[in-house]
Amino acid sequence: MEWVFRNDLPIYSQLVDRIKLGIVSGALPPGARLASVRDLAMEAGVNPNTMQRALQELEREGLVFSQRTAGRFVTEDTAAIDEVKKTLARGQIESFLAGMKELGFDREEIIALLKEDA
Amino acid sequence: MAILECKDLSKRFGKIQALDSINLKIEPGRVVGLLGPNGSGKTTLIKLANGLLTPTSGEILIDGKAPGKETKAIVSYLSDKEYLPEWMSAKQLMDFFTDFYADFDRERAKEMLTRLGIDETMRIKQMSKGTREKVQLILVMSRQAKLYLLDEPIGGVDPATRDYILDTIIRNYNPSAAVVISTHLIADVEQVLDDVIFIQNGHVTLQSSVDEIREEKGKSVDAYFREVFKC
Repeated sequence: MEWVFRNDLPIYSQLVDRIKLGIVSGALPPGARLASVRDLAMEAGVNPNTMQRALQELEREGLVFSQRTAGRFVTEDTAAIDEVKKTLARGQIESFLAGMKELGFDREEIIALLKEDA
Repeated sequence: MAILECKDLSKRFGKIQALDSINLKIEPGRVVGLLGPNGSGKTTLIKLANGLLTPTSGEILIDGKAPGKETKAIVSYLSDKEYLPEWMSAKQLMDFFTDFYADFDRERAKEMLTRLGIDETMRIKQMSKGTREKVQLILVMSRQAKLYLLDEPIGGVDPATRDYILDTIIRNYNPSAAVVISTHLIADVEQVLDDVIFIQNGHVTLQSSVDEIREEKGKSVDAYFREVFKC
């Protein structure tokens, strides 16, 4: 997957979102070892300090932990991962609802449409 | 300590004030974009840091010292012009750099040339423009310098070469060295920069981090630059 960045957001926060997505989708499974900062920076085509900052942010959020010499790993706390997944899902739903509202649908109509689709 | 520091630095060419009382500091471990339109003073600043020009007034310090023999040993400079003798081969250039610079890592240079499939016996004049640019960059980045000054490293190269150049800068990242990249092609380098310095008519108008600008302005450095330097 290509690393593409939006222009209106800080690069580090986009890296955080991108790695989060990898974790909740299972592409980076619980306990998986992450590549080194330099390798990740090369892969994303970003400055290593920016990648470092993104990883520190993920550490702060408890999704990633580092072991002194062994490197950085994805958390094994699947409950925490599910929690993030839910938060991301809520964000998707909110933006979907906002889009539908702009199209002039109210809640019941949206639900009816969704059922039709399913 | 800052690896590069300017204190009220001014440079005048006759009636033209190329740099006017510039104050700035660049710390080790940072990749810094020196951004400004043509004629804003970028190259003048880089040449002052190299000792190729001398200040009219004020000071420029490299690792606390005025430019000279000692600072040249720790500064690796990529000129905005092609300066390598055309008759030399890649191998001869490596000999040349080995003689000139104690910090030149020949193995690293060889490895990078091999990876690009550049034959060491090939002479500069036999190389395409893109290949020459790559060879120059390889030589400059193969030094274990404390300060890399890259003047327009991506000007006039194709996108694949540009990616290679930026990749090489990231690959050689060293937390104890600073890299200064002068350019007006901001969108292309934005992702690899920590900080940016805007320079306009010889004045530093902004020194900030890329993500600070994105956070505060809600736009890329490139978009912000276009706004600030609107003609």
